Amino acid sequence: MARLAEFQGKQVLAAAGIAVPRGEVARTPAEAASAAGRLGGSVVVKAQAWTTGRAGKGLIRFVESVEDAEQAAAAILATQVGDFPVTEVLVEQRVAVKAERYAGIILDDRRRCPVLLISARGGTGIEETAREHPDAVAELPLDVVEGLAQHAARELWRRVAVHGEEQRKLADACVRLAGVARQVEARAAEINPLVFTDDGRVVALDCRITVDDAAVFRHPELGIEVARELGHPPTPLERIAWDVEKDDYRGTFYFLQMRDGFSRGQKVVAFHGAGGGGSMMGMDALARHGFVVANFCDTSGNPPASKVYRAARILLSQPGVDGYFGTGSGVASQEQFHSARGLVKAFLEEPLAVPAVVRLGGNGEEKAIEILTGFTKGLGVPVECYGKDTPVDTCAQHLSELIARSSATAARLPQREPRAAVKPYTFATPTGEITYDHAVCARCESKACVSACVPQILQLSEDGMPVLKVTLEEAQRGRCTECLACEVDCRALGAGGGHVRLPVPGLDDYRRTRGLE
Amino acid sequence: MAILVNESTRVVVQGITGREGRARAKLMRDYGTKVVAGCTPGRGGETVDGVPVYDTVLEAVEAHGGLDASVIFVPAPLVKDAALESIAAGIPLTVLVGDRVPVWDVLEIARAAERAGVSFLGPNTLGVLSVGKGVLGMIGGRAESARAWFKPGHVGVVSRSGGMTSSTGYYLSRAGVGLSTLVHVGGDGIVGLPLPGVVRLFQEDTETSCIAMFGEIGGSQEEQVAEMMVNGKVTKPVVAFIGGRAATSGVRFSHAGAIVEGGRGTHEGKVAALREAGATVVDAFDALPAAVAGVLEG
Repeated sequence: MARLAEFQGKQVLAAAGIAVPRGEVARTPAEAASAAGRLGGSVVVKAQAWTTGRAGKGLIRFVESVEDAEQAAAAILATQVGDFPVTEVLVEQRVAVKAERYAGIILDDRRRCPVLLISARGGTGIEETAREHPDAVAELPLDVVEGLAQHAARELWRRVAVHGEEQRKLADACVRLAGVARQVEARAAEINPLVFTDDGRVVALDCRITVDDAAVFRHPELGIEVARELGHPPTPLERIAWDVEKDDYRGTFYFLQMRDGFSRGQKVVAFHGAGGGGSMMGMDALARHGFVVANFCDTSGNPPASKVYRAARILLSQPGVDGYFGTGSGVASQEQFHSARGLVKAFLEEPLAVPAVVRLGGNGEEKAIEILTGFTKGLGVPVECYGKDTPVDTCAQHLSELIARSSATAARLPQREPRAAVKPYTFATPTGEITYDHAVCARCESKACVSACVPQILQLSEDGMPVLKVTLEEAQRGRCTECLACEVDCRALGAGGGHVRLPVPGLDDYRRTRGLE
Repeated sequence: MAILVNESTRVVVQGITGREGRARAKLMRDYGTKVVAGCTPGRGGETVDGVPVYDTVLEAVEAHGGLDASVIFVPAPLVKDAALESIAAGIPLTVLVGDRVPVWDVLEIARAAERAGVSFLGPNTLGVLSVGKGVLGMIGGRAESARAWFKPGHVGVVSRSGGMTSSTGYYLSRAGVGLSTLVHVGGDGIVGLPLPGVVRLFQEDTETSCIAMFGEIGGSQEEQVAEMMVNGKVTKPVVAFIGGRAATSGVRFSHAGAIVEGGRGTHEGKVAALREAGATVVDAFDALPAAVAGVLEG
């Protein structure tokens, strides 16, 4: 996670020389009990969940015995935060606190530099303290290259009336914290509270470290599975989506699961956006028409059709959605027919069983609309597609009407598996594999694949079969852009001999667990 | 006039030998931009569609006399070095198109730019387009689309979303409202020329009489524009729309900058600040063209 769990953050702090309480992570009540035993019985049990005010929600519990620790862990592990369960607790030794402080490194968008923020009153939120006790809070902009000097940190603590030995030790912790922030490329690294103990030590009792999503690739040591700020631990579907995205630098695919455990008739829709701003406009429009979104998804930055296809399959693996809604800004610079082909392949394979409305405005929109609506006619559910001159609210309105008209009990059609090829001609693409069944191609009059291929890497052989005109290696290295025309256009206009296999690791297993296969 | 780019802006494209750089350099030239040089380390002496390629940016500057802007098309991990090179060569404006540039790299770029007294746009930007004059980056996608979509006039467009930059420009033009320059400041939380920086340039531009702004949740750029209006630093009318009303706090919706944290950067806060400062804020994006037209007439 781009947001480190408390226990992970504390490991990073400890490695940098900032003291943290002794503690262990537990995933079951029994594990929590044995951890409490090793830590001496008097412990605190803390939910590893991304929510504020944990103490008030019963997600942090102080206990005096191993038995109580087990009970506390059982209660916390049975809790849901939002739609998502708490899966880990941190069991920690308790610390005798003399004073609670706060220290944080945040990135300031105005001054474009890191800022050290401190408060003599820790424990509560820094915004609240700044409002109610402005004298207790101080900040210092830092030079991104030079970092923080000990003397500057001591002087800052003096300004909030912290003196002597505590001042020296807090300043040292701040210098180390600034180093941590730089080292892990944190967007924010906050310790709240940072306490001074009865025995004169400075200890980090809690921490929130958010690593820059874009820098995660440089930090394998952090073991971040999904470089996304999600607001909850990654769900199985989010892990699957991230696996699609992480090594494919062609465009961006962003996926967040917003809801789970809903069913048909609750006005929950799959949301497929294109571009951050256009996506937000789309979600706002859906909200105005009484919809809630099952997920947030954004495929943009000129992604190949294959990426849009995989995104759509993941969206359609959320059981219970009433419809499928896609929109971008309305006036996209990128060619929109790529997205159209990706959607067609996903809709036909699924096959789509709910109404879909997709707004594909921008370059190539006429062709995109023709592909998406023309090639999905056999589905038995309405698929509408619009361009830049149809407002997003109109599209949301259409979806609303289509859902109201469609039967909530529409049976799912069986999935259409491609037949095994009789005379296969196969080559690898950057992330999959294309097979033509030349036995089928022999019956094809249109040879639509050759003319529709966007990178124009196909030609007809002497006996009239589609074959590569570049080498196998060139196709795999990227001459094949996975535009999907050789399957999508072939299915609609040719004999149906072309098939592109684009695996989504883990998705079939996930779908079985959700009763979708 | 117009801002940031015009018909006489002379441009170097860093990464011009790459697939993206080559394609985008062609778009820029098709629209009329003066792309006079390219730069790719180790590829000096080649040409790309007739544009000479140099090993270093400074070599390009020395060969062509002063250059006004550099547009960088290299993968995100390489953007920092490319930008520092452009800044060190004294190029007044560097455009960072790449997305997913690590934010601590952006901080280093910002520090270097500040010390050198130069500007940068982005990262994660579609760029800037002055109607009928030139484009840096990729607004419009194809030159013929850019010509069909954006009509000349006196409204400056600035946006935190790339797609919405084009959309805003297109819907205004369709409503008969012409444009001076369209700027996408970039979707990230920390950018070289944020909304207030661009609004300041529009304020100084004699060709711009009104500013249309697409803002988003997260950060403080919109609030800073409101402050500038209150302080009298912006006197031209501002018409704005803020996206992300339905967004959930603490969750990031693809743009690195679009997140509501600790009650800061909320939709309501931004709308209120701008309205109190005297801006026209429309509740529906579709109402923006009529609101801008109304301001221009009134």
